[in-house]
Amino acid sequence: MSVEAQIGSTPKPETGAFRQHLRQLSKNHLGMLGLVLVLAMVFSAVFAHWIVPYDPYQIYTGPRLAPPSTDHWFGTDHLGRDIFSRVIAGGQVALQVAIATLAAALSLGMILGLIAGYGPEWLDNLLLLIFDAVRSFPVIIFALAVVTLIGPSLYTVILVVAVTSIPIYARIVRTQAQSLKHNEFILAERAMGAGPLRILSVHVLPNVIGPLLILASMDVPLVIAVEAGLSFLGMGVRPPTPSWGTILNDGYNYIRNSPWPVIAGGIPIVIVTLGFTFLGEALRDIFDPKLRRDL
Amino acid sequence: MAADNENILEVRNLSLDFGSPRGRVHALRQVDLTVPKGRIVGVVGESGCGKSTLAYSIIRLLAQNAEIVGGEIVFEGQNILPLSETAMRGLRGRRMSMIFQDPMTALNPVLPVEQQMIEIQYRDSISTGEKRKRAAAMLGKVGIPDPESRLDAYPHQFSGGMRQRICIAMALLVEPALILADEPTTALDATLEVQIINLLKRLQEDIGCSILFVSHHLGTVAELCDDVVVMYAGEAVEVGTVRDIFRNPSHPYTQALLECDPGRIKQKTRHLPTIPGELPNLIDLPAGCIFRDRCPHAWERCAEEHPPAYEAGEGHFARCHLIEEPERGRGTS
Repeated sequence: MSVEAQIGSTPKPETGAFRQHLRQLSKNHLGMLGLVLVLAMVFSAVFAHWIVPYDPYQIYTGPRLAPPSTDHWFGTDHLGRDIFSRVIAGGQVALQVAIATLAAALSLGMILGLIAGYGPEWLDNLLLLIFDAVRSFPVIIFALAVVTLIGPSLYTVILVVAVTSIPIYARIVRTQAQSLKHNEFILAERAMGAGPLRILSVHVLPNVIGPLLILASMDVPLVIAVEAGLSFLGMGVRPPTPSWGTILNDGYNYIRNSPWPVIAGGIPIVIVTLGFTFLGEALRDIFDPKLRRDL
Repeated sequence: MAADNENILEVRNLSLDFGSPRGRVHALRQVDLTVPKGRIVGVVGESGCGKSTLAYSIIRLLAQNAEIVGGEIVFEGQNILPLSETAMRGLRGRRMSMIFQDPMTALNPVLPVEQQMIEIQYRDSISTGEKRKRAAAMLGKVGIPDPESRLDAYPHQFSGGMRQRICIAMALLVEPALILADEPTTALDATLEVQIINLLKRLQEDIGCSILFVSHHLGTVAELCDDVVVMYAGEAVEVGTVRDIFRNPSHPYTQALLECDPGRIKQKTRHLPTIPGELPNLIDLPAGCIFRDRCPHAWERCAEEHPPAYEAGEGHFARCHLIEEPERGRGTS
């Protein structure tokens, strides 16, 4: 980012900065690749209903465990279902889980983090204790406990991943809020008679939200992988609902008969994980000045 | 209660302690201060003398370990010390506001100036367009050229002096009765300092509010203020008009402070004069006069008896036994 670019953007700084960021992203090849992969995944998930050539739930009497062909692009599974259709529908599930989980974890983590960072010290200590207690469980063990209690379902996955990621976001927000708390502009705002709610919503939140959103975008692949992992173990999405994890699991059971279901279930996970990671890292490089190298 | 109508602020006998691991720091002791309506009162003293603490205790934005242990703060005829935090919040940004030392950090870096200036008017039930107009008008008043188009700029697009002007505009926007200015020119260079001082003076005359101006710079105080309070180690050692303090300093500390001001040194010298000695320990206070160890005139009485505020002239007070026994001063100095 050059000095001239900054000066040049004086009349409308907001759009100038946005365009500048867009230009920076377009120069980052991995970031662009990530953006394309992410957009492709989102597109296929949103329009899944029109894309799938077959009903992903329908058991057909055609060939079972067939290799890829022009009829079935990714082949068929042990029940004769079209794997391509199931992969597309599974992407929809994965995106739903990711969005629901991150929305819940972000909003709750933000609120708790603000309370911990700005509120009284005893509340901060109490919340930290809870965060640490939650973080001390390995995700899978925690998931096992929750599944035995309320049974496996899509919502169990969302609950488990959201609860385990809340402390991560809350801790980041807390640290930010604490360092902002003693800033003079917060003091100045208090001298103007602003209460804690006004200060948090108008002044602390805009300072915190940027890095948090980038972090969340980097966490999307993590959530998708956990969803697939739990579904693979039979603790997440229940069959017959298609999920990349259940596709993998089905394929795993028949791997001696045909490798195609496992490959078809594994590749989208790899692609989407890579896509979100590339995009997230590019965004971080652009927005986080501390990590920026080309300044 | 005629006096209350004329005085915006009266601080009476205010004492404040800071809790620390080594004991209680008696940061303010029996401070008296009066800010009459429409006047500018300066508070001068060296670093750590409690002048900023005094300002922060008036608007009650103190650190958590601070505790007011005595006295009262009467603002517009009402003792505000017993007020709840909510009631204080109602006063801040309405009847009193504050200008801070460092304009580089006193504005939120991620919000445009416009948004911040509109935001502080949240109590007024006028339209956002109206608020924007008022913000622009106020920016024009503090000397920002082309305020309309500068409104949507971010703080980093302004220089330090411009930012302090914006801070002053924000403090004035709420039309307060009292402005607390905590060293508003310390972070600026000398040219800007003069500009900001002149600006404050002009705006004060326009608006008619009172200003409590905290500074360690004698020159700016002499330039701007009507009355002066000289603080030393948590005490108001001398109070009077600018003329009293600068022409006829009655406390040895004030005299020493004036001698140290480079602007007042007449003859050529390679040495800047200093006041010998160190600040007393504010945890374990010595008996008697607080300035005794560094005072050239000190005698036995100063070690035993804490000097009350003697009247050195009309409206001119100093905490020094010399005022009662002036012959002591001549012998030693």
